Amino acid sequence: MKSKTAPDATLWWLGLAAGAFCLLPWYWIDLPQGLLLAGWPLGASGSALALGLAGGKPWLLLMLAPLLLGFAALNSRLPRETRGLVLVWAGVIGLAVILAQGFLIGHRGWNFAWAASLFGGAPQQNGFGFAGFLTLFCFLLLLCQGLAMRGFCRGDGFIVSAIGIIVATIILFVFFPVGRVLSQSVWGPDGWMLDTFISKITDRSIWGLDCLTSSLNCGVAWNTVFLGVFVGVVCTLLGLAFALIATRTRFPFKRALTLFSVLPIITPPFVIGLALILIFGRSGVVSNLLYEWFAIPRSRWIYGFTGISIAQILAFTPISFMMLIGVVQGIAPSLEEASQTLRASRWTTFRTITFPLLRPGLANAFLVGFIESLADFGNPLVLGGNYEVLSTKIFFAVVGSAVDESRAAILALVLLGFTLIAFWAQQAWIGKKVYTTVAGKGDAGLPSPLPRPIVWLCGLVTVPWVIFSIGLYALILVGGFVNSLGRDYTPTLKHLTTAFKMNFDGGPIFTGSAWDSLFATLEVSLLSAPLTAAIGLMTAYLLSRQTFAGKRSFEFGTMLSFAIPGTVIGVSYILAFNVPPFELTGTGLILIICFMFRNMPVGVRAGLATLSQIDKSLDEASLTLGAGSATTIRRVMLPLLRPAILASLVYSFVRAMTSVSAVIFLVSAKYNMATTYIVGRVEAGEFGIAIAYSAMLIVFMLIVILLIQLAVGERRLGRRAIATPMPTS
Amino acid sequence: MAKTKAPVEFRNVSKRYGAVTAVDDVSFRIAPGTLVTLLGPSGCGKTTTLRLIAGLEMASEGRIFIGDEDVTALSAADRDVSMVFQSYALFPHMSVLENVAYGPSVQGYKKADAEAMAAEKINLVGLSGLEKRAPSELSGGQQQRVAVARALVLEPKVLLFDEPLSNLDAKLRRRVREDIRQLQSDLALTVAYVTHDQEEALAVSDEIIVMSNAKIAQIGSPHELYEEPSNLFVADFIGDANIVDATLLARDGAFGQVQLGETTLRLPHRGAQTGRIKIAARPDAMTLTTTGEGLAGTVKKTSYLGKVREYSVRTAIGDLFITAPGRSEEFKPNTDVVIRFADSGIVVLPS
Repeated sequence: MKSKTAPDATLWWLGLAAGAFCLLPWYWIDLPQGLLLAGWPLGASGSALALGLAGGKPWLLLMLAPLLLGFAALNSRLPRETRGLVLVWAGVIGLAVILAQGFLIGHRGWNFAWAASLFGGAPQQNGFGFAGFLTLFCFLLLLCQGLAMRGFCRGDGFIVSAIGIIVATIILFVFFPVGRVLSQSVWGPDGWMLDTFISKITDRSIWGLDCLTSSLNCGVAWNTVFLGVFVGVVCTLLGLAFALIATRTRFPFKRALTLFSVLPIITPPFVIGLALILIFGRSGVVSNLLYEWFAIPRSRWIYGFTGISIAQILAFTPISFMMLIGVVQGIAPSLEEASQTLRASRWTTFRTITFPLLRPGLANAFLVGFIESLADFGNPLVLGGNYEVLSTKIFFAVVGSAVDESRAAILALVLLGFTLIAFWAQQAWIGKKVYTTVAGKGDAGLPSPLPRPIVWLCGLVTVPWVIFSIGLYALILVGGFVNSLGRDYTPTLKHLTTAFKMNFDGGPIFTGSAWDSLFATLEVSLLSAPLTAAIGLMTAYLLSRQTFAGKRSFEFGTMLSFAIPGTVIGVSYILAFNVPPFELTGTGLILIICFMFRNMPVGVRAGLATLSQIDKSLDEASLTLGAGSATTIRRVMLPLLRPAILASLVYSFVRAMTSVSAVIFLVSAKYNMATTYIVGRVEAGEFGIAIAYSAMLIVFMLIVILLIQLAVGERRLGRRAIATPMPTS
Repeated sequence: MAKTKAPVEFRNVSKRYGAVTAVDDVSFRIAPGTLVTLLGPSGCGKTTTLRLIAGLEMASEGRIFIGDEDVTALSAADRDVSMVFQSYALFPHMSVLENVAYGPSVQGYKKADAEAMAAEKINLVGLSGLEKRAPSELSGGQQQRVAVARALVLEPKVLLFDEPLSNLDAKLRRRVREDIRQLQSDLALTVAYVTHDQEEALAVSDEIIVMSNAKIAQIGSPHELYEEPSNLFVADFIGDANIVDATLLARDGAFGQVQLGETTLRLPHRGAQTGRIKIAARPDAMTLTTTGEGLAGTVKKTSYLGKVREYSVRTAIGDLFITAPGRSEEFKPNTDVVIRFADSGIVVLPS
């Protein structure tokens, strides 16, 4: 009765591959052209079969071999496991053939000299199109179904396929681009260039230490590290002060602090830098007042280390606060009570018990602040002045006056090295040392009150900081609606109308200059959010519910993209996806893919946290009742996973709306994003429009978050309060 | 029930997690329509064995058969097996009816048919009228019956129970285990049942598979296991037993002369060689008197439990644990006593 569909599904995928091979356009075509289908089945939108037979691309016919092998296996009377083995081989050969021909033959003939001398001729081809990707996908699934027939993952084809798809996409969109960065820096048109690589990567402009001995600038690597360490330390201390106030005092505005911690998530990363310029820049609000009242000359002091560090501290303190509040709450009050019953004073208790227990959490918060500072691109871009950091330097090596891709690759390698070391330290060394003192049992104790001097210190640090932050955000909200901040405070809507002008002529016509970028941003964000949530939660499900070979490396791979700075991703995507076989730059697709893999780790973490609270025997019960994994996920897991779905949807949407570092490399005329548009306004000195647009974005995202929270609602667990009395049967 | 009952067979099945072997070269057969218990201390591999039958774990080696079909490589969803989980695993976002109807509905039955099948099984376990309740609104015993109804609804060839009584209070356990046994024999189900409670296993099983350290220690009926344990582990684990050193003096057909301290007993030698051996003596197979022949000893401790009296008696062959009826004469500590051995309940351990 439970006849299962594994062979049927395989046949389906095989048929799809064959159909795509025979009929659909093999190469990438832009859509308007594709609709014409000129010359089909030959020509630009020709199918692989036709092009292989009559279009001068005979190598495409090699794919017939794995297709026929697959059909032969399915129609044979061989035992199930042998058929599985043949399918695995068909899948492997299919993938290998497609990828090999794709990488060997490019726009301008053979990509490698050895291949040209071996095969001769001058073949040419473009990047994979619809049929190319579809066939790759089908062969991958064929491979997975074959493995499932051989008993992988308890014989569950759906699970093996899910693992296969996630692994393949991570390899393609995380490891392959990063690998291209590496290869670009050591491999040139003339083969290996290790000498140049070594001389470039040890260059004075990267590692020089002149600033210690003279007034010259230090190398860009040191600049980045100094900034990261400084920002990390200050953020950690401020975060600790806020966390102590929120948990250990009778501070009246604790809920406001939560809002404060949400703000930086919905603030585009350069907006704080922008606000600082408007306050302290040469014609900033404060600078003007100082000049008029005290005749203090205007200067550019805000540009450089000072400005970047203030902006980053403002941006990242809330993150460190969120991390540390968990750590502070995690300290079991009974430990402090034990200390007090042993007659330790408040101060001794804090010094000998509370603080040591906090230490690993502090180190963790420092590392996160450090990594965030290294990865930050928007603030250094806006506020950097002469102070260069790696992320901006990489950007200018790609788009600046002297384009040098190999230099960009080398700088990206250095930055990646730093972040990976910090990430590794956080995972391996500190991750294990965090003292979890929250046990399963409830702890009835009360946390001990803080020593007075500590309370005062925390208050002294945090109160001005909060006032400053509030002022900053108020300025962002107001700044877009006055003529010119610092000079002319006449209220106006002119910035808003320039950006968002709408005419009504039989229907809305969007004539404002910002509409295009807003629509493109919304389109990309709305498309990427569900995809990101889906792949993140699927990964979380696999990690928490399935056992398979290589699970540890799988986990590492999925988390890796979190540690890679956006600028590095941007550069690597340009290097990897500008040429066939995966030619995606300039499309909206590459933006969606970029967001998916950058934001996926958040979905994974949210999913893991929720899944760990759901009894594993629920899915097992569903399985033994004959529901496949796909049905189990749909009918049992998804309804229970609502909070995680919500979290990852909101987060990936918001991140996509506010991201700037990676997308600034990937935007095109057609797909300009809101953030890159704003950065463009800042560079053109049109601060009014920039700040009006930023304010709109912040308000818009606040509304979206509230709406999603209302719409998704709570989990229905059937836990009503006291119901009718239990019948005793 | 229309469906034929199927046997379950393990042939040299092993399950390894890295270097750890959870199930080590296990072979057994569960006859159709019988209830077989997997019994053993925690970590002995009994739950893993059950999950191997369900398809929730995949065997590292060996073959598994259900009926005539080799299911070794089939996933849980493809095996005709249902399971009642220790935690019941009722879906919290579904009502009782939706929970029980889940199986047929994912099998593609129409909603009305699925609910009719569910209602029938809910009736069978005596929960009619509670269909609309959420699982969290039921008592522990009721939740357990919903879990049983849900497992029965597809009329599986094999039904599995993973410690089904462990979340119930002691008084309820006896009744629920009787209900399960009744249901099993009424429907002639093939059942595999995991427990670590030897009394529960003795009460419900047609046959018991005792497991220890990932291997099968002994397979037999409850009576065989209690009266003729084949090794020290089983003797110790099933019921209480005094394991004492003895000497097999001579063999005589199936019997042998066993010297136990100063006394000799005539017991089946069960293949043991002459020389030093171990014997297992049940606490209720020895009686205490003050007169006559037997093993001499001195009462060390005594406790009164109502139904029985428990004694710890110091003898030449070590301390013995002995029980006597609660209404028997009491021997105070430091009383010199004579221990008599019954005809059964004293066995030579073969290995």
